[in-house]
Amino acid sequence: MRETDFGAFLPRLGDALLETLLMVTGAFLFAGIIGLLLGLLLYASRPGNLLENRVVFAVLNVVINVVRPVPFIIIAIAIIPFTRLLVGTSIGAGAAIVPLTLAAAVAVARIAESNLVAVDPGAVEAGFAMGAGPARVLFTIVVPEALGPLVLGFTYIVVALVDASAVAGVIGAGGLGDLAIRYGYQRFDTLVVVVIVVILIVLVQAAQLLGDRIARAVMH
Amino acid sequence: MSLRVEAGQIFGIVGYSGAGKSTLLRTVNALERPTGGRVRVGDVEISALAGRELHRARQRIGMIFQQFNLLRSRTVYKNIAYPLKLAGLGEAQILDRVEELLAFVGLSDKALSYPSQLSGGQKQRVGIARALANRPDVLISDESTSALDPQTTGEVLDLLRRANREYGTTILLVTHEMDVIREICDRVAVMQDGRVVEHGDVFDVFAHPQHPTTRRFVSSVLHHLPSDETLRRIRARHPGRLVQLDHAPDESSDPLVSRVARDHGVGLEVVYGGVGELQSRRFGSLTIEVSGAEPAVEAAIVDLVASGRAAEVTHA
Repeated sequence: MRETDFGAFLPRLGDALLETLLMVTGAFLFAGIIGLLLGLLLYASRPGNLLENRVVFAVLNVVINVVRPVPFIIIAIAIIPFTRLLVGTSIGAGAAIVPLTLAAAVAVARIAESNLVAVDPGAVEAGFAMGAGPARVLFTIVVPEALGPLVLGFTYIVVALVDASAVAGVIGAGGLGDLAIRYGYQRFDTLVVVVIVVILIVLVQAAQLLGDRIARAVMH
Repeated sequence: MSLRVEAGQIFGIVGYSGAGKSTLLRTVNALERPTGGRVRVGDVEISALAGRELHRARQRIGMIFQQFNLLRSRTVYKNIAYPLKLAGLGEAQILDRVEELLAFVGLSDKALSYPSQLSGGQKQRVGIARALANRPDVLISDESTSALDPQTTGEVLDLLRRANREYGTTILLVTHEMDVIREICDRVAVMQDGRVVEHGDVFDVFAHPQHPTTRRFVSSVLHHLPSDETLRRIRARHPGRLVQLDHAPDESSDPLVSRVARDHGVGLEVVYGGVGELQSRRFGSLTIEVSGAEPAVEAAIVDLVASGRAAEVTHA
């Protein structure tokens, strides 16, 4: 094992951390919005629910089930042409946001759907009995009632994105994962790997702590 | 089926689970659509409405539920404010109205509590406040006391009675508890297998239940009439024909019975009797076995029935 070259490694560490944070927050924002909308659509179009629509439900279901089981690394490679079309390049943290968003959005959709389905049907019925329309019931009753579990679900997604962003390093996304592989794994420098792993653990812990706090604040 | 509820009444629908009473109730605000026929509330044919018109009509019909169905993510204040917001009231009007409603249900100190911090009875009082928020003409109640203990049930029923008296709200309630009917209803309908098998004034139905299901419900709370099971045991020991006679409990002896026994030369034996009280009126019933020679027994029964206070027991 070689002596760790901190002079070369440390400046890169700061950049890599920023790249990871960019990938995670960027993908989280886009995937959060897209996934939540998909989840709402899945919930609302579900047979017997407030905007029942078998075609929409079936199509969404199939699309999500096609994307979900594909390993992230395969998604990232497979959609490179689409990524280039969208951001002009397939290299770098910015470009990695595209496949990360796709993978996370379908996961968010399922998490949102299952949390919305768990909302007490009695609360929904009370909304209709009071004279609220379907959209109003969806946004002023179903979503607020599911907010606590939704926040926990989103927290899980943040953590999964930290994980996936490290994998994205393999295809040239940069970030902590990329650094760990190139400076740690390929140079047999265990200390670098340990440092990066510790940073990843701290990131995940911070995200989980924040998520738990918010969830507790919105649940009664 | 055809059922009419007059404005200002408290109308109860009673039946065993699966009788279809909740379904019937839920057609009143079109949470359930009838497969045939029409449902009218006041001048509005609810069963023909859809979209915005239906939403507006529903704001005129309050509903309370067995499981309260409050919004757990909102405070008591915001739960009660919800239907007012739907009706398009401004914040200041909402504040006034919610305070008024909280005072009416006795929960002024719980405005900022969340439903999870309330007892069952308090939750239902919030449910009632929410249902009354838009001063509905009609309040429908789906087993609203079935999840509550007897003490709390009494408090909730008091509140419903006050809403009826003070605001003139017509109340249509569904229950499987005959006690609830006895406590607050003016009229009652008994349902079985999707049909109304008996309906009328609560006093009349309790005093003279006709249908076997009604008799079972009545005998669960009043004991002036023998239940069908008791009647079977009586028949095993008393082979003669049985007559049920209305009996004014404040009169010590009944001249009718002694006169008929004398006139027809038959034996009249009391095999069951009891007194019930309803709406502060007491009433009693005697079940009498008529024994003797057949033509005399027949004549005695005809005589008793002619008094208008007796009927031969033909069931069980």
